[in-house]
Amino acid sequence: MKQLLVFIKKEFAHVLRDRKTLLILFGMPVVQILIFGFALTNEVKNSKILIVDNAKDIVSQRLITQLEASRYFEIEKAARNHDQIEEGFKAGKIKLAIVFPANFQNELLHQNSVQVQILADASDPNNATTLINYASSVIQDYQSQLNQTATVPYRIIPEMRMLYNPQLKGAHNFVPGVMALVLMLVCVMMTAVSIVKEKETGTMEVLLVSPFKPILVILAKAVPYLLLSLINVVSILLLSVFLLDLPIHGSILLLFAESTLFIITCLTLGIFISVKTDSQQTAMLISLMGMLLPTILFSGFMFPIENMPLPLQIISNIVPSKWFYIIVKSIMIKGLGIAAIWKETLILVGITSFLLVISLKSFKIRLS
Amino acid sequence: MSETVIHAENLTKRFGDFVAANALTLEVYKGEIFGFLGANGAGKTTAMRMFCGLSIPTSGKATIAGYDVYRQTDLIKKNIGYMSQKFSLYEDLTVLENIRFFGGIYELSNAQLKSKSDELITQLGLQHEAKKLVSGLPLGWKQKLSFSVALLHQPKIVFLDEPTGGVDPVTRRQFWDLIYDAADKGVTIFVTTHYMDEAEYCNRISIMVDGKIEALDSPGNLKKHFQVDSMHEVFYQLARGAKRGE
Repeated sequence: MKQLLVFIKKEFAHVLRDRKTLLILFGMPVVQILIFGFALTNEVKNSKILIVDNAKDIVSQRLITQLEASRYFEIEKAARNHDQIEEGFKAGKIKLAIVFPANFQNELLHQNSVQVQILADASDPNNATTLINYASSVIQDYQSQLNQTATVPYRIIPEMRMLYNPQLKGAHNFVPGVMALVLMLVCVMMTAVSIVKEKETGTMEVLLVSPFKPILVILAKAVPYLLLSLINVVSILLLSVFLLDLPIHGSILLLFAESTLFIITCLTLGIFISVKTDSQQTAMLISLMGMLLPTILFSGFMFPIENMPLPLQIISNIVPSKWFYIIVKSIMIKGLGIAAIWKETLILVGITSFLLVISLKSFKIRLS
Repeated sequence: MSETVIHAENLTKRFGDFVAANALTLEVYKGEIFGFLGANGAGKTTAMRMFCGLSIPTSGKATIAGYDVYRQTDLIKKNIGYMSQKFSLYEDLTVLENIRFFGGIYELSNAQLKSKSDELITQLGLQHEAKKLVSGLPLGWKQKLSFSVALLHQPKIVFLDEPTGGVDPVTRRQFWDLIYDAADKGVTIFVTTHYMDEAEYCNRISIMVDGKIEALDSPGNLKKHFQVDSMHEVFYQLARGAKRGE
C-alpha cells in the first residue's frame, strides 16, 4: 500500500511539474467550452428582423414599435411580400421574420385571440431559439399591457416556425459532447503517453525488476488521471451552468457516477494503447486518430448519427463516447434518471469490462 | 571464492522452435564482478531476464541469491538491483525525489529512506544538486546516481545491462571505481558490456554465442587458452563462429 502511495505521489509530480501538460489538462476544457459556447450561443443583439405587416392597423403598429424599442432587434424593413422572407434568410441578411395577418386588430378585439407568425432561421439553432424567445417575450409584454385594462383577456398567440432545422439539433448539445471529448483526450492520451514514456526512458524495466507488482503500475498510473479528470468534469459543469446558463436538470450525483464510469472506460483504452505501442508519438497518434476522431464523428454531438449510412450507424455503436454522450444529455438537458439510461449505462459497463480484460491480458503476455 | 549467489544448471529458454538460451550452466560467487559478454542476439538479454525473475525458463535449474527462478521470483526481485544503459531515472523529478521513489518501491521505511538518501547524496557529493531536477545533471552523474539507486535496498546482486553505453572513457573508468567499491562490500556485480577493456576489469567473464556459453573463465586464463594478447581477440575468435545475426 505504501508502495502504491509513493508511486501515485510520483505520478502527480510528473503531471504537476509539466507546465505544458497542465495547461492542456486544465486549459483545454475551458477553451473548448468557450469556443463552442460562444460560437453557438453568442449574445444576440441588434439582430436584423423582417416584418411583414399585412394588417397595418394600430395594434400591429404598436407591437412593431415595441419590437423596435427592444435592444435585441433591428427592423430591416417592413415588407409586403413573403418571397422577401425567403430571400432574406437565404442571403443571411435576416435572422427572424414576423408576419402579422390581415385583420390583426379586428380579430384580437372581436375574438380576443389572434395568431402572429414568427419564422426563424434554425440552421443556427441556438441563435434561433434565443431570438424566438426574445420576440415572444416582447409580444407577451404587449399582451399583458393590453390586459391591464381589458375585461376579457386578449391573447396574441405566437406561432413559431423553425426553418431549415425544425428539431433544433445541436442546441446545447455541445456541453455533453465537450465532456466526452475532454475526458477521452485527457484519459486516453495522457495515460497511454505516461505509460509509454516509462518504457521509452527505461524506467519501466527498473519497475518490472523491482518487487512492485506490474498491476500496481497500471493502477498507480490510473488514479491521478481519474482524479484530474473529475476536476475537469467539475470545471466543465461550472462553466456550463454559470457561463452558459445551461442548468443541470437531473441528478448531479448520477452525472458524476456516469462520468466516473466513462473515465474508467477511457483509462482502460489508454492502458490498452500503451501496452500495444512503444513510443510516445505512436501512442499519441493512435489516441488522436483512434479515439478522438471517432468521438467527434460518431458520438452524435457534431454530426447526427441518424443521417449516416447504415454501416456507419452500426460502427457508431462501438464508440463508448456515443453512449456517454447520450447519458450526459439525458441527465443534464432532459433531467432523466437512471431508469431512462440504464441500457446505455449497461452498454458502457460492458465495453469497459471487455477492454479491461483484453488490456490486462495483453499486459501479461507482454511481460512473459 | 566463497558463497554461490547465482547458480544455473542447463537453464534453457525456448520461444517456439527458437532456442534463445541453450543449457546455460554457470556459478557466480559473492562479491564477484562477473562479465556477461556476447554479440547482439546471442541470448544475453534472455538469460538476464531469467536471472532477474522476469521470464520463466523452459527447462533447467537456477537459483538467484538462493531463490528459485520458477517459484520465488518475488523474493528474487527483492534481493537484486538493476540498472540499464538508459540510466533509468525520472528526469522530471529531483535527485532526492528519485532516491525516495525507488527506495519507496523497495519498501524502505521512512527512517531508512531519510538516512539512506542523506548518506547517498553526501557520498556522491550531490549536496547542492539534491533538490534539482535530474534532467540537469551531466551524464556521468546520472549514471553514478542510477547505480547508487540500484544499490539502495542493499541487494545481494546488481545486474548492470550495458551500464556505460554512450559514456566517455574517463567517466567509464570512474564508474568502474564505484563498481569495485560495491564489490568490495560484498555485492555481486553481474554486468553485460560490449567494451572489451571493461571485460578486462571483471574477475571472470562468460561469452555467449548463439544461445550457448562458449567460454567461461578469468580474462587472463581466457587469453592464455586462446593464445592471444587481448580480450578483443578472444571475443572475435568466438563470435566469428556465430550463425545467428541480429
